[in-house]
Amino acid sequence: MVSKKIQQFDPVANLQEIEEKFEMFQILNEEGEIVNQEVDLQLSDDQLVELMSRMVFTRILDQRSISLNRQGRLGFYAPTAGQEASQIASHYALEKEDYILPGYRDVPQIVWHGLPLWKVFLWSRGHFVGGQIPEDVNVLSPQIIIGAQYVQTAGVALGIQKRGKKAVAVAYTGDGGSSQGDFYEGINFAGAFRSPAIFIVQNNQYAISTPRELQTAASTIAQKGIAAGIPSIQVDGMDPLAVYVATRDARRRAITGDGPSLIETVCYRYGPHTMAGDDPTRYRTSETDSKWEKKDPIVRFRKFLVAKGLWNEEKETEVIAKAKEEIKVAIKKADETPKQKVTDLIRNMNDGDLPYNLQEQFEIYAEKESK
Amino acid sequence: MAQMTMIQAITDALHCELKDDENVLVFGEDVGVNGGVFRATEGLQKEFGKDRVFDTPLAESGIGGLAIGLALQGFRPVPEIQFFGFVYEVMDSICGQLARMRYRSGGSLGAPVTIRSPFGGGVHTPEMHSDSLEGLVASQPGLKVVVPSTPYDAKGLLISSIRDNDPVVFLEHLKLYRSFREEVPEESYTIPLGKADVKREGKDISIFAYGAMVHESLKAAEALEKENYSVEVVDLRTIQPLDIETIIASVEKTGRAIVVQEAQKQAGIAANVVSEITERAILSLEAPVLRVTAPDTVYPFPQAEAVWLPNSKDIIATAKKVLEF
Ligand SMILES: Cc1ncc(C[n+]2csc(CCOP(=O)(O)OP(=O)(O)O)c2C)c(N)n1
Ligand SMILES: [Mg+2]
Repeated sequence: MVSKKIQQFDPVANLQEIEEKFEMFQILNEEGEIVNQEVDLQLSDDQLVELMSRMVFTRILDQRSISLNRQGRLGFYAPTAGQEASQIASHYALEKEDYILPGYRDVPQIVWHGLPLWKVFLWSRGHFVGGQIPEDVNVLSPQIIIGAQYVQTAGVALGIQKRGKKAVAVAYTGDGGSSQGDFYEGINFAGAFRSPAIFIVQNNQYAISTPRELQTAASTIAQKGIAAGIPSIQVDGMDPLAVYVATRDARRRAITGDGPSLIETVCYRYGPHTMAGDDPTRYRTSETDSKWEKKDPIVRFRKFLVAKGLWNEEKETEVIAKAKEEIKVAIKKADETPKQKVTDLIRNMNDGDLPYNLQEQFEIYAEKESK
Repeated sequence: MAQMTMIQAITDALHCELKDDENVLVFGEDVGVNGGVFRATEGLQKEFGKDRVFDTPLAESGIGGLAIGLALQGFRPVPEIQFFGFVYEVMDSICGQLARMRYRSGGSLGAPVTIRSPFGGGVHTPEMHSDSLEGLVASQPGLKVVVPSTPYDAKGLLISSIRDNDPVVFLEHLKLYRSFREEVPEESYTIPLGKADVKREGKDISIFAYGAMVHESLKAAEALEKENYSVEVVDLRTIQPLDIETIIASVEKTGRAIVVQEAQKQAGIAANVVSEITERAILSLEAPVLRVTAPDTVYPFPQAEAVWLPNSKDIIATAKKVLEF
């Protein structure tokens, strides 16, 4: 150990010491055993079961979405399997009044926040009804522009603060997203205003084909929070309990006036980047895939709950059946929604009377679409 | 000669330039191991190494700034912006910085950067992946904007763009990447920037178009031919600067014109072409010059895209209005 005094003048040692402090936070290991006894979970048995149910539901939603996509019945879809702990356990720490700004892969969180599934399916098809979010659901539609939600989250959080609400704004992106200027601006603005925000970077190891090592020289994404002067942590993103606790604590700090936090969840996406032609075999090996599959969040949580006598096959079958049924009903409702037209677009983009040119265009397209 | 799709011709052009000029660098998101999300850079990292063909962190403004910096060090950067809908992220680099290099240096410094980017509709992409934003960059003095419509043109124009000493935005229409093949020479060749190409000769009406709309216009021309109209189709190829000479010569010959663009009608390239024609050739005109464009909404996701996109039927209808005026 170098002495304090020397360290001040040794930027290399300084960096090393900071990076070493960002050891990954874990509560539940791959075997489903608690490895961090000091943490007070404060989760009832019912809550643990509910969290597991949501994760299982979400895995089924992913499988069904992929097959619907293959049948040409869904539009854009970004697979989520492998990220259930990162997505669902972080969301589980939020309250209904919290506001979520998701990325394109973060559909499960907004579903569990209250956005009806049939609307999500319509969003995936690019249908305008999918963008019409019920007033009591505090979410934005998934963002396509990587990183844009970071700065907006700082804005929503500042708004929440100014209104004196006890709530937080939450941004979700990926490891790639943390390279955007918007990331630095967002965490810095939220820090500067000490506003109630949580920035969750889901480090699933790749941005399309680009591995995490190529994104940054930093050994963790979490440590980037230091520069913005905000608390930050790297958690095992395949461990639902660690993700839950990190998010819960960040939320507590935020609503008690202690400002924003940055959470890096270390996880993996099993599937392709999206269903639009990505081929993961071009950039990762099956050895890497299976290494991560051994860390599976659902498998380890199942082991944990089964050992506690809280979960069994029957329960899981029940959740799966329920998920399949809900998805079936939702896709039917989406199918029943009238197809979107160009005239809908012209109408929706204009609040009030159409200007001369657009009125003319409206009539031309109404005529075309009536045929 | 080999039969190539447009994407193969683009890869081939990059290959030629990487081979011929050690200062050429290719970089962007996923262009390395993955060969680009459309495979435009397929195999290039393998052949030329990570030094010359490399992935960047995910940040378009970073890519733009990197290109400017590398140009200042004497390189000839060819960055890729994964989809042109993401150009807003790099707008300052392109319009606020690159385009002004000559201005700021009193004409003494060029910036030989070629920004390649896919755009265009008809392939069911999500939001912001298909937008026609060429008008944004074409409005900036200091930039050239190129939009090829065939594999042959794509290769020759890309090589010229890379060799140009000033910034070029090179836009590749998604739908044309693999829609057809044609003969493309294997060796290096150039097609001058700023020169339109008459893709079909005719004497009754001129259709001016670029990108995928060239092919819709050719389809329309064929249909009109059956009704005994002789239609000239001019592929603008470079939309900034416009090839005024070819445009005016065509209008002086036919006396009638329409301009077709996939982009929305408001403030577009087509409006610019119409103005050039009316300012310079009003006395040759037998009828008003009309436009065929998309409506003034954002580009829709798949469901309404087939109706939203201009097609040969729209072109035929508008051409007839002008022909029968
Ligand atoms: C501004 C912008 N640039 C590029 C893209 C194209 N793109 C879509 S997803 C993606 C990778 C994102 O990776 P990451 O942030 O790690 O999220 P993940 O997809 O892994 O969840 C890229 C480059 C985009 N949508 N927006
Ligand atoms: Mg990622």
